[in-house]
Amino acid sequence: MPLTSKHLLGLDGMSRDDMKLILDTAVSFREVLERPIKKVPPLQGKTVANMFFENSTRTRLSFELAERRLSADVLGFQATGSSVSKGETLKDTARNIEAMKVDMVVMRHSAAGAPHYLVRVIDANVINAGDGGHEHPTQALLDMYTIREKLGRLEGLHVCIVGDIAHSRVARSNIYGLRTMGARVSVCGPATMIPRDIGKLGVDVYHHIDDVLPTVDALNVLRIQMERDAGRLFPTLREYHNFYGVTRQRLEKAGRAITILHPGPINRDVEISADVADSEHSVILQQVLNGVAVRMAVLYLLSSRN
Amino acid sequence: MQYLLKNGRLIDPAGRRDEEIDIHIVDGKIARMARGLSVASAQVIELKGKVVAPGFIDMHVHLREPGFEYKETILTGCTAAAAGGFTAVCCMPNTNPPIDDESVVRLIKEKARMALNGLVDVYPVAAVTKGRKGEHLAPLAELAAAGAVAFSDDGDPVHDAEIMRRALEYASMYNRPVIQHAQDMPMTKGGAMNEGLTATRLGIPGMPPVAEDAVLARDIQITKYTGARYHLAHMSTAGATAMVRAAKAEGLNVTCEVTPHHFTLTDEAVSDFDTNTKMNPPLRTREDVDALKKGLKDGTIDVIATDHAPHSFDEKQVEYQSAPFGIVGLETALGLVVTELVNGGVLTLSQMIEKMSTNPRRIVNLPEIRIAEGQHANLTIFDPAAEWIVDIQAFKSKSKNSPFGGRKLAGKPVGVINNGEAYWI
Repeated sequence: MPLTSKHLLGLDGMSRDDMKLILDTAVSFREVLERPIKKVPPLQGKTVANMFFENSTRTRLSFELAERRLSADVLGFQATGSSVSKGETLKDTARNIEAMKVDMVVMRHSAAGAPHYLVRVIDANVINAGDGGHEHPTQALLDMYTIREKLGRLEGLHVCIVGDIAHSRVARSNIYGLRTMGARVSVCGPATMIPRDIGKLGVDVYHHIDDVLPTVDALNVLRIQMERDAGRLFPTLREYHNFYGVTRQRLEKAGRAITILHPGPINRDVEISADVADSEHSVILQQVLNGVAVRMAVLYLLSSRN
Repeated sequence: MQYLLKNGRLIDPAGRRDEEIDIHIVDGKIARMARGLSVASAQVIELKGKVVAPGFIDMHVHLREPGFEYKETILTGCTAAAAGGFTAVCCMPNTNPPIDDESVVRLIKEKARMALNGLVDVYPVAAVTKGRKGEHLAPLAELAAAGAVAFSDDGDPVHDAEIMRRALEYASMYNRPVIQHAQDMPMTKGGAMNEGLTATRLGIPGMPPVAEDAVLARDIQITKYTGARYHLAHMSTAGATAMVRAAKAEGLNVTCEVTPHHFTLTDEAVSDFDTNTKMNPPLRTREDVDALKKGLKDGTIDVIATDHAPHSFDEKQVEYQSAPFGIVGLETALGLVVTELVNGGVLTLSQMIEKMSTNPRRIVNLPEIRIAEGQHANLTIFDPAAEWIVDIQAFKSKSKNSPFGGRKLAGKPVGVINNGEAYWI
């Protein structure tokens, strides 16, 4: 059974069957990653370009590793030092790279909808590795994979996303993905970080984290953009930590085992305390490993459609 | 040149006429008006079922010249206006150099007289402040004397309340309105579309409707205090509509315009990241569209204007957030008004003509167009029943940035006559 779409632009509108296919396929690749020889041949002879117009370390490395594990030829591209800094448009950059007979493009971009624009001007399969505040579908898929691995299912679970929902592509993709898979999703953060009308997407909104913890199965803790947001979206980092920080004390008060996710990189003792990040309920490092498997699944499924 | 307009339906709200009548035009003047006219020497234009109206004016157009001739020129803009059924436009001052000096006013008027032999009257709207920077008043009296019909820093709001107060006071000596692009800049910083469910879903930074409403609320108070004339450009929100309605009820000199895209589309049109849905103010919600239509119907909204904003193809071929704001509007306005408002039961044809001719001319102090024997013919002729599909490649405008390509519309211009010239579509 192939994926419905030629591209992975987002989880908004993706069917449950497609999501399940990706997650189930990732299970096989996750097994490959445990082998002594971690390389398989499905993308042999294929070329994948990683176009990162915005700084990224872990997502870029994760994609690159996934591509190499699948035996693809990999082209790297960072916005700094490229012709983008000389004023070349996204359209021209992408078409130039495609002219080198690239089969798939993985793109990270600071503007929402940039990959949606890209598919109109090039023929390669496009995978969205994060577009502005819009979507980060492989992150949400790996989050879902990790929750399912830890808790055995997604349906019927209550997952709460804590932090700056307004500017988070991780939050959006998680909302679309988890809701499609039958989970209950809520968001928690100061009013300044909750985007307008988000309730209409079918999520519950909380402003006080202690109100939501008693019913939560998994908590996805978002990174605080410290430099950008302090003084604007919230007064101080200390205040944020005091009122929204995920601490052992808070979790104990909630009185239940809550699985802790974080897309990374974490700010220790800001949005999450060090002891929680390192606790037995934290799956943060599993997320990193599963990310490679999920990205292998996405690359494999899109490539095998052709 | 002589024309005999046969069997057209003359709708002249100012002259309180709505009747089928023949009009004989000789060298740009109305020679005779009667039924059953027959003139051997005249070119006969059969207009059964078509409407003959006082010439339409679009009081919010960006002609881009001088400075941005790759987007539009006075000639291409005037041609687009004629093709859209307009005999006049007011052009906005965000040119380079901006219209903040009388020499620029004179340059534009001179170029307009040469374009299409002066068929389309071009009335410059001059800047409120020097360089449109919002800091120092532009030479408003000199600009008015040179022919500026109104003042606006369009695109950039007059954000300083003190400057707005002084501009209103100064402009009122010359009975000119100040046209405001109402937008609180810090509230909309980085924004690319209306703030709401669609922006939240797409992760595009939002521009809240209250950013428009808040500036308008302040401006209405300043207008009240100064007793001056204030015109709100491209009103887009339900909140602003309610405020203008209340200001009018209070007897203030507050008028406003709405664009066809704001009463036709909602922010849901942004869903596929088409940069031709990006304009400022942004497309709002269904609730706002309904409020605008109500405002059109009850007379709160005086004018329909397009905010015709040409941008080159490549400028819009970018990510949504990087694309410039604005769409072209001159050549789809009439069709959208008939389709959405007349056929939609919001306006009668007569009310449509008031909002596209009578009212905007009054706001910028132009003489009323009189359709009578001995008068200059300044006419817009259109077919309210004609159905057509918008083909953006056929636009006379230099730019094609429209979200309406492929859309089926009712109501099509037939031709315009003005200043002794005619343009047949």
